[in-house]
Amino acid sequence: MILLTLRALTSYWRRHRGQLLALLAGLTLATALWSAVQAINGQARSDYVRAAQQLGGTEQTFLARADGGAIPMDSFAQLRRAGWRVSPVMEARVVVGNLRLRVTGLDPFTAAPGTLPPAMAQQLASDPASVMTAPGRGFAAPELVAQLPAESLLPPLDPTPGLPPREIVTDISTVAALPDAELVRLSLHPQQPRFQTPLEQIAPDLVLQAGTGRVDATRLTDSFHLNLTAFGLLSFAVGLFIVHAGIGLAFEQRRATVRTLRALGVPLRTVMIALLVELLCLALIAGGAGVLLGYLLAAALLPDVAATLRGLYGAAVGDGLLFRPVWALSGMAMAVLGTGTAAATGLWALARMPLLASARPRAWSRVSERALWMQAAFGLVLLGLGVVAAWALDGLVAGFTLLGGLLLGAALMLPLSLALVLRLGRSQARSVLGAWFWADAQQQLRGLSMALMALMLALATNIGVGTMVSSFRLTFTGWLDQRLAADLYISARSEEQGAAITDWAQASRLRLLPLVSAEQTLSGRPGDIFGVKDDPLYRDSWPLIAAIAEPWDALHDAGAVLINEQLARSAALWPGQEITLAPGWRVPIAGVYSDYGNPKAQAIVALPELESRFSGLPRLRFGLIAPDTESARTQLQDLGLSQGQITDQAGIKAFSLAIFEQTFAVTAALNVLTLAVAGFAIFTSLTTLAALRLPQLAPVWALGKPRAALARLELLRAVLLAGLTYVLALPVGLALAWSLLAVVNVEAFGWRLPMFLFPSQWVWLGLAALLAALLAAALPARRLARRSPADFLRVFANER
Amino acid sequence: MIDARDITKTYPGTPRAVPVLQGLSLAVSGGETVALTGESGSGKSTLLHILGGLEAADTGIVTIAGQDVGALDEAGRAALRRDSIGLVFQQFNLIPSLDVGANLAFQARLNGRYDAGWAGTLAERLGLSDLLSRYPEELSGGQQQRVAIGRALASRPPVLMADEPTGNLDEDSAARVLDLMLSLVRETGTTLLIVTHSAAVAAQMDRRVHLSRGRLSAPSDAVGAAS
Ligand SMILES: Nc1ncnc2c1ncn2[C@@H]1O[C@H](COP(=O)(O)OP(=O)(O)O)[C@@H](O)[C@H]1O
Ligand SMILES: [Mg+2]
Repeated sequence: MILLTLRALTSYWRRHRGQLLALLAGLTLATALWSAVQAINGQARSDYVRAAQQLGGTEQTFLARADGGAIPMDSFAQLRRAGWRVSPVMEARVVVGNLRLRVTGLDPFTAAPGTLPPAMAQQLASDPASVMTAPGRGFAAPELVAQLPAESLLPPLDPTPGLPPREIVTDISTVAALPDAELVRLSLHPQQPRFQTPLEQIAPDLVLQAGTGRVDATRLTDSFHLNLTAFGLLSFAVGLFIVHAGIGLAFEQRRATVRTLRALGVPLRTVMIALLVELLCLALIAGGAGVLLGYLLAAALLPDVAATLRGLYGAAVGDGLLFRPVWALSGMAMAVLGTGTAAATGLWALARMPLLASARPRAWSRVSERALWMQAAFGLVLLGLGVVAAWALDGLVAGFTLLGGLLLGAALMLPLSLALVLRLGRSQARSVLGAWFWADAQQQLRGLSMALMALMLALATNIGVGTMVSSFRLTFTGWLDQRLAADLYISARSEEQGAAITDWAQASRLRLLPLVSAEQTLSGRPGDIFGVKDDPLYRDSWPLIAAIAEPWDALHDAGAVLINEQLARSAALWPGQEITLAPGWRVPIAGVYSDYGNPKAQAIVALPELESRFSGLPRLRFGLIAPDTESARTQLQDLGLSQGQITDQAGIKAFSLAIFEQTFAVTAALNVLTLAVAGFAIFTSLTTLAALRLPQLAPVWALGKPRAALARLELLRAVLLAGLTYVLALPVGLALAWSLLAVVNVEAFGWRLPMFLFPSQWVWLGLAALLAALLAAALPARRLARRSPADFLRVFANER
Repeated sequence: MIDARDITKTYPGTPRAVPVLQGLSLAVSGGETVALTGESGSGKSTLLHILGGLEAADTGIVTIAGQDVGALDEAGRAALRRDSIGLVFQQFNLIPSLDVGANLAFQARLNGRYDAGWAGTLAERLGLSDLLSRYPEELSGGQQQRVAIGRALASRPPVLMADEPTGNLDEDSAARVLDLMLSLVRETGTTLLIVTHSAAVAAQMDRRVHLSRGRLSAPSDAVGAAS
């Protein structure tokens, strides 16, 4: 009986191949989008790790907590057990006299070869016990050793040239004995086993950090991923709406068949089981195809992503996409769950449908405005919840709750908004045909509303993500121009070399800006204090986002400080307030500057001020303003500097921009696809509705409207509805962009981006939406124009 | 074969509820053909729905082929319809996505009484042999109704219920379809309860009952038993 029922129900698809194809295509595309995003994200993340590994396990690549806090011993143990080759690094802060020192403990057993200071390695080789058993052995720069009295707290120190000025390196057990010692990072070995449990499964709070000093690339790529994740979420939502639209209509159309089956003696349960089997098959077919397509899509986009990463790390990253069961499964789950959720209402309605109820598809019953109001009210509640969550909750959860509430709420309010506009149009209509046109559009709303909601989500996503990425790029390039105002950035190997560079610059009459910094905890956050010279470069171009009047005068003359945005936002400190930079050093804040890509807190004071507070800070890094960078570079190399010690700001900019170009390319590709999916939804709905619409059209045809004219009206109506949806999607998209820039970004990275508007993008998008609607309506309209008059007449024959 | 006692049915409605059936009783014995007449809106379809287990009566007892319909659950009523009742109602049309052949065989396949020979005979008698691979939308109203009759009879039900089966047909084809149905019913000994407006049709049945004001009566011109 099940088989017979299944055959009767599925025979529907044999007679409606186009609709089946459209439904499968919609579900496939939605799944593809979802799994492509998953694949790209997953692959890129693991590529970072691999790239970092290839860079070598120096102090440049390590795992640390995003918030800079201590790592639980557990995480370390679990990582080791899972096959990660990591080595623990412990740190303790020690104050000796007026010197604040950092004591770093390394683990000789697990440290990668070549990562221990040579002096420590030598000592270990000759007399391991002297290093690893109490009181242990410390290694420090000779200047530091000379400054320190024989302190009982510290181990005996070996003067070791080349170590940082305020750092003592020792065995991990020695540090562990100091008060407040913490496990601060895990350094990564250059070689890691090929298969590892992903980091996020073992220690989700740890992030890979690579590179210090220059713009931190991992932070930038994080925003790229956040963008993609948001996109994945949104495409998931769009997908849900589409499947809902397609399946709902297929159910509606088979109400009469279901009723007949039941009258002929098929129990309701059998009907339900048959429908579930059918849905599962559809979901599995489309899900499988979608995962495959998503894989191909990701593979097509990934080489560019890999190229960017190569630029990012200067290391080889594979172009290849590994097939990961996890995202394939998540794709299938999306297809099945999406189909299930979408079908739930349809199944529920069928289960409750009285046997004798009218089998006229509900899609054609007039939409009750009450239901629309209820739906809109529910949408409003969701929106409100999102806003409340953003305000009451913390972290990314807040951001994504806001996004979800905003999008879903707005989508639910769409049908009512459209209905109200259509009612207005109807009341303004002059001719009978005009009135019919509007009334007919009102009727079509119910069948189309799901597809239109999907369209609106797609459009809003487009606008939102597009605005975010464009704003980010604009802000960031502007910021780079300001922050990287010097032409060359130089790092000296030693203080002698630093002095040589200073002398050379003076002799060549070039402006040289020393970059001197001291590590310091700022308002409880790990941070740095920079000292700057008074130079027009800073005064003209430093990217201040908030400041008192004449902040640079306050800085150089009155000892005030500038702090970065991350610190300002997280500690709620703004110009006019005061901050304690060190015990006994409390200063007014003169301004706040944007500092994208830096996870740490940062403060800037006048250089003499910094050097008087922290004695012995080396001048090792410089910015150079040189009209002719090439000749400056040659001269510096003559001084004995290697190529790698001189960085061209143009190079840094180019590589940063490459990331954005990449983000753009991927976003654009996904945008087009999302829109295509929404277009498919409209097409599916229109095709399905076409048959049901005959009774509406027949009387108008009988009254003398030629079929071609009716078809043109159909096209016009589709375009009208898409256009209205677009107009309503615009504010939603901008709200989405705002949430991404002002809420999600702040929660994720600590900085807020200004929002720029790109009206030309909107125009193109609007045209694309209209085109999509036009294409979607074209086939049904063409069929209508070619429909034989007999079909219209039959409507009257069947009317009872 | 059909035994209905003291059936009442009231539809809730505004401004007041509509009492459709008011303590109606009807008994039809096996192989008997009965015509049910009555004005439009008098409750004929409602009565047939109740007898067919498609709808529940408010009070009263309905027994079809020895089974107490009121005591059956949804699955039980479905089984009753599948095995014991052939329905030819305007509402329960053909399954549009199945061809004529599949529609014709559908209920018989459901209840396991499908017999290719009998189905072929029916198709031939009903003039459907050349239409078997067509789809319902490619048939005229009369042809569709003949398929519905064939579908009901192919499943060899003890009871056939027909609600104005020829209401949409012109007089000629109505007469032909009805003749066919009647002769097939008589040959197979099926019990028939048919709703009709036509006096000519009613006259061909063994018995006629008239529904008005919620009760049955024998029409003035006929010899019939209405309880
Ligand atoms: N589902 C229903 N809800 C409310 N009233 C109904 C319903 N079905 C039928 N009726 C009413 O019951 C009465 C009898 O209807 P029906 O049995 O269809 O009459 P007939 O078939 O004799 O024309 C009519 O007044 C009709 O309006
Ligand atoms: Mg009736």
